Amino acid sequence: MNWTALIVFILFFVLVTVLGFYAANWRRGDLRQLDEWGLGGRRFGTLITWFLLGGDLYTAYTFIAVPALMYGKGAIGFYAVPYTIIIYPFIFVVMPRLWSVAKKYGYITASDFVKDRFGSRTLALLVAFSGILATMPYIALQLVGMQTVLASMGLTGTGIIGDLPLIIAFAILAVYTYTSGLRAPAVIAVVKDLMIYITVIVAIVYIPIKLGGFGHIFSAAAAELPKHKPPGALVIGPSGFWAYSTLAFGSAMALFLYPHSLTGVLSSSSRNVIKRNSALLPAYSLALGIISLLGYMAIAAGVHPKTPNDAVPGLFLKMFPDWFTGFAFAAIAIGALVPAAIMSIAASNLFTRNVYKEYINPNCTAHQESSVAKLVSLLVKVGALFFIIFLPKEYAINLQLLGGIWILQTLPAVFIGLYTNWLHRHALIVGWLVGMITGTYMAVSQNFNSIYPLHLGGSVIPAYAAIYAVIINLALAVVLTPVFRAIGVKHGSDATAPHDYHFSSETIQG
Amino acid sequence: MNDQQQKKSELTAWHLLLIIPFIATLWMPFYASKDPVIWGIPYFYFYQSLWVVISAILTGIVYFATKNR
Repeated sequence: MNWTALIVFILFFVLVTVLGFYAANWRRGDLRQLDEWGLGGRRFGTLITWFLLGGDLYTAYTFIAVPALMYGKGAIGFYAVPYTIIIYPFIFVVMPRLWSVAKKYGYITASDFVKDRFGSRTLALLVAFSGILATMPYIALQLVGMQTVLASMGLTGTGIIGDLPLIIAFAILAVYTYTSGLRAPAVIAVVKDLMIYITVIVAIVYIPIKLGGFGHIFSAAAAELPKHKPPGALVIGPSGFWAYSTLAFGSAMALFLYPHSLTGVLSSSSRNVIKRNSALLPAYSLALGIISLLGYMAIAAGVHPKTPNDAVPGLFLKMFPDWFTGFAFAAIAIGALVPAAIMSIAASNLFTRNVYKEYINPNCTAHQESSVAKLVSLLVKVGALFFIIFLPKEYAINLQLLGGIWILQTLPAVFIGLYTNWLHRHALIVGWLVGMITGTYMAVSQNFNSIYPLHLGGSVIPAYAAIYAVIINLALAVVLTPVFRAIGVKHGSDATAPHDYHFSSETIQG
Repeated sequence: MNDQQQKKSELTAWHLLLIIPFIATLWMPFYASKDPVIWGIPYFYFYQSLWVVISAILTGIVYFATKNR
């Protein structure tokens, strides 16, 4: 047991918990309204939105899963950098449209929008289902991250004792999310990011000095990676080009379809907040690049963890004094808690709006609505536990990539829907269904590794299964649209108007 | 179509700048090589990290150029 690290860790964890409960009083609003509990009253400015959206990016994915992939397989793990580069120009153009139409009609979820745009409750339900389903493995990834850090400090054991620290951390998260809603992760995200930035800066300066510079780190990685099974490489060879760029592209398109990213976008106070953030958020990508290199530093430092997920914790334990290791571990664990909170809030918003209110209790009061959302936010976390127990987690990143396959199947309805309602609702439904089935099949056939080797003619093209699935999905939607029209299946009525997509609240107030 | 007209007024020539990061980072033959090594960092890693900065600057330019629309 590493007592010094553990005590520092607990101190920071308690600090953040207190903040989480205090958050209920911050920018006070009536937390019995779903807008207030689930979107913080849509009043977050540039700075808070920056932290909140950054909170979605800086997760256990960044600190545990990406470096683990670099540690085990090399350059392929660096796809996270182009992924986070191309996402922001994309947000800049697309997301203000979603913000506007959502503000005008009071949408809280992507499903709300899809229902009005295509006049289809079924399609809206499918989008909601995809969102909830895709979020669970992503939350599970956060839990794996937390578990990894706790175990590294010596909190191991068998059976229930071994899981107890995780369950405690989880219970704390659940309770303050329940009471404070989105305000809790918004407040904590600020502290969390400061802690992460300190950790990153110290790591990037201190570790390379101790290891003899970047030149040495890269040459150690170049020497070690080919010995791994399967062998890794420092640079992607031509056979891996498609895998790398489809992982980057697919993950980028998927990120802002996730309910938790949309929550961050919709809780911002204006269109301009989103645009400004597109230019400011890449600061995170730079740090992400550095963090991913921690995987190589672990190789250079001669860390030999049991699973690749332990590479970064192992590196910190070896290189840092105990007290700083405790601080860094707290940063990672809190870095897992914040997104887990945002994700469970977002998923419960989806359930409440698009399943409960739509199908179960249409006449529910605002109070009932937020009560259901709070309860479901707890259930979603339990669902996430299911993924940890039943899926292989050698590479935790596969959990995130699996969610990406599912959420990307909502792209035709949501993103293309922002620009046109030409696609027929039934064609979208068929496309979604086939996309979900083929994508899931591809992942399962590779034992939940998300790179699928597609055999085309004589050649094999390994690429991210999400991209293959969404291509099939889109192709079907496009081909079937004229077919449904021709046989006279009624097109859904569009409740939105073209100018709604440029709507800004400033024009009303001014 | 009305939708089409709206799109025209929303997007400008400035927005074309936003396509550049996609091409630069997704077309791997541009950078899938170890050499040159700069400050001990292989080109593959150096190039992509540089594009984080360039992409942010491009987005910033488009933001200010289209701000009053």
